[in-house]
Amino acid sequence: MDYVGRKIPKIDGIGLVKGTPAYTSDLSINNNALIVKILRSPHASARITSIDTSKALAMPGVECVLTYKDVPQTPFTLAGQSYPEPSPYDRRILEDVVRYVGDEVAIVAAGDEPTAIRALAAIKVVYEVLTPVLDVESALDNEVLVHTAQPHTNFDVGCDASRNIAAAHSLEFGDVEAELARSEVVVEQTYRTQAQAHAMMETYRASTSFDVQGRLQVMTSTQIPYHVRRHLSHILGIAKSKIKILKPRVGGGFGGKQTASVEIFPAIVTMKTGKPAQLVYTRQETFSCTTSRHAMILTVRIGADRDGTIRVVDIHTLSDTGAYGEHAPTVFWVVGQKTLPLYSSVCRYHGHAVYTNKAPGGALRGYGATQGTFALESAVNELAEKLGMDPAELRLKNLIREGDSHEALSGSVAGAPEVLASSTLHRCIERGMELIDWKKKYPGKNLAPHIKRGYGMAVTMQGSGISKIDTGSVTIKLNEDGFFTLSHAASDMGQGSDTMLCQIAAEILEVEMEHIIVASFDLDTLPYDPGAYASSGAYVTGRAAVIAAEQMVQQMREAAARLLKLSPAEVDYENGMFTGPGEVQMSLSNLATTLCSFAGMDQLVSKGTYGGETSPPPFMAGFAEVEVDLETGESRVVDYVAVVDCGTVLNENLARIQVEGGIVMGIGLGLYEEVRYSSSGRLATNSFMEYKIPSRQDIGEIRVAFEESHEPTGPYGAKSIGEVVCNTPAPAITEAIYNATGVRCRSLPVTAEKILLHLGN
Amino acid sequence: MQLETTINGNTVTLDFAAGEFLSETLRRYGYLSVKEGCDTGSCGLCTVWLDGKPTLSCSTLTARMQGHEITTIEALAGEAEEFARFLVAEGAEQCGFCAPGFAMTVLAMKRELKEPTVTSINHYLAGNLCRCSGYKGQMRAIVKYLGVK
Repeated sequence: MDYVGRKIPKIDGIGLVKGTPAYTSDLSINNNALIVKILRSPHASARITSIDTSKALAMPGVECVLTYKDVPQTPFTLAGQSYPEPSPYDRRILEDVVRYVGDEVAIVAAGDEPTAIRALAAIKVVYEVLTPVLDVESALDNEVLVHTAQPHTNFDVGCDASRNIAAAHSLEFGDVEAELARSEVVVEQTYRTQAQAHAMMETYRASTSFDVQGRLQVMTSTQIPYHVRRHLSHILGIAKSKIKILKPRVGGGFGGKQTASVEIFPAIVTMKTGKPAQLVYTRQETFSCTTSRHAMILTVRIGADRDGTIRVVDIHTLSDTGAYGEHAPTVFWVVGQKTLPLYSSVCRYHGHAVYTNKAPGGALRGYGATQGTFALESAVNELAEKLGMDPAELRLKNLIREGDSHEALSGSVAGAPEVLASSTLHRCIERGMELIDWKKKYPGKNLAPHIKRGYGMAVTMQGSGISKIDTGSVTIKLNEDGFFTLSHAASDMGQGSDTMLCQIAAEILEVEMEHIIVASFDLDTLPYDPGAYASSGAYVTGRAAVIAAEQMVQQMREAAARLLKLSPAEVDYENGMFTGPGEVQMSLSNLATTLCSFAGMDQLVSKGTYGGETSPPPFMAGFAEVEVDLETGESRVVDYVAVVDCGTVLNENLARIQVEGGIVMGIGLGLYEEVRYSSSGRLATNSFMEYKIPSRQDIGEIRVAFEESHEPTGPYGAKSIGEVVCNTPAPAITEAIYNATGVRCRSLPVTAEKILLHLGN
Repeated sequence: MQLETTINGNTVTLDFAAGEFLSETLRRYGYLSVKEGCDTGSCGLCTVWLDGKPTLSCSTLTARMQGHEITTIEALAGEAEEFARFLVAEGAEQCGFCAPGFAMTVLAMKRELKEPTVTSINHYLAGNLCRCSGYKGQMRAIVKYLGVK
């Protein structure tokens, strides 16, 4: 293969490094847009009893000030999900109720930023301050309600606002309680994960204007351009055909930009004023007033026999979705979907996602699997200790294997559990053990009286797209000189889907990648795609690209046959040349030129559409070597070994960076990224000064290896890789810290303070 | 306010509001390679050279630029492309939003560190955050680019 599997640089890489204007703010800077700013609630829960905008409106340069009285009151969700979205419609653009510190109170647009900021200060709001629900554990059935009205849901997700429940779910295979009673050893523990921030480098932003046809043009840094258009159409009450979405390069998303957090505000300003508008969130707004990873409290019970046979897994989750339920049901489900298939056919997943008066939860790389993996894998490590078994051996003995079936695997229907078609997870574990020298080094050693090293491991699975729902398309056009345009809306946010789709098409079309232009900017010209989420780019849109490219080759052979007066079966195509019996041949360039002219009169356009019947799981085994200083409490990941089964590796460089970046994000979740709220519900960790993402000095060795499987439904055997990679660090690191120090920290992140406090006890 | 300064070798008269920071001024004048990622001088995205030294333009007042020499990556196209080739060969540019500021720091480091080591490189670049790459691919690129043993 010429392109698939090779280390190919991203097609936009050089330009981005050189600073070529490419992002939302770069492309919208010269339209004299109004600057949009948001007035935000200082209270975690309050009712607006009066709001006076007259002084702000009177200020020179202020174009518009909008309150709940001025905007449509259509309920909606901002979650970027295929319609009908599972997320409850619990938001309005602005309301007379505010539900967390930072909730939107008013929208201001002015000619320049200082004026807009002064106008915010001139708005006089009187609040009736209400008692907030800040503690997730007391949210369920609390007499104080975050939402007093029951939100609309498109189908039953267990939402019950009268109990502060955004979503509820229960799934049981076999008789869990009976199996627990029969188990010789039971581990029961509770684990806590924090509301990790995406901390993508480009904050949220969007620019809006009316185009020359009077359509609302929205340029936005998004992972979900089609969902953004549908949301805006629904919220603003205008036809989708009247909305033009532009998606430039995106400066990182990690799931944050799978929620349409900002587009609505400049859009309504443009609707009201007719003028261009732009909104760029500050870093503080990005931390405090968008979404983050759902904080969860997970209780795991595992039953096993003394020989190490795991009989049953039970996971109960309490998820904190904050003030709004974006992704609350689905993140909640995924906790179970991506953990239950691993160890035991008897298993249960149940619990609630509850409303609190805090910043909303949302989609973040891993999407629940990260939280579930931390809890389940921590419990498996604790089980291994209780059994006196090597945790790697315990996993090798129990984990699902290729060819096994499990009712909790995606694609299962009642009575017909899905078969795991591809997995090298056992090989991933064995390879990882070799790389980190597990048998010799586990569980730990002393380097000095106060310097300890410990080792820990974990495994995980994710999915590849959302089975039977998310469906993406690719079109390929043969241009007049024999080069192609590949159009798609998979919404590259830096991970490289533009490049990967180009690689796949080049492989099949047998041309240089330079001869394929990738169009992914202007939704008017792109086929439908749900967007960049659920690890779908390579698997879903990748398969669509395979289908489109194969169809293009077929169309080209038929066209060449017509022009050469042969039957299609007589025409071969190879490396840009069509050949027939004897010396007959025609170049791709010649074919394309002819087809676009009067002589050929047949412009070729092909398409491919794909949605998975199943969502094949990629797997990963992660091994951590962690050094702990008992005097400072500080932990440092000295070495991390990751062995990944993502099916076929389509582009080794991009895959490797996904793994490394995901591991570092996981290390941040495990050790550094502490989320603190004040007692009144204000997010204290709202800047890079307070919220510590890993810097390059925090990161030790990271070693990545691939154990390829072949996924029969994937493009060239590929599965996904973007999300599975951030799940193992937290449980592997906490186990390594335990093996170094004897401190078992079940609440993330494991800060130096927590270790010292435990040691003090 | 007005002052005269040098940007990428050209003497220019800047018109700006009191209190404006250099990153905003530069973007307003069309130097769109300059990105901003935080409001606290923490991320390194806005790095430009001030009299040849890497400087956070988001926390540098434009009012102090009289008579100084400012360099953005637009002026270093050839050198930037040379480094970019090493970075993209590792796939380490990813979303690219931190890349121009990061590259400006790397190019300054190349001039400043006489015998760079992995440790001294990590120290020099500590103020340049990246959420995509995990940093290791960036280091592989730099080690090859600088020929670190």
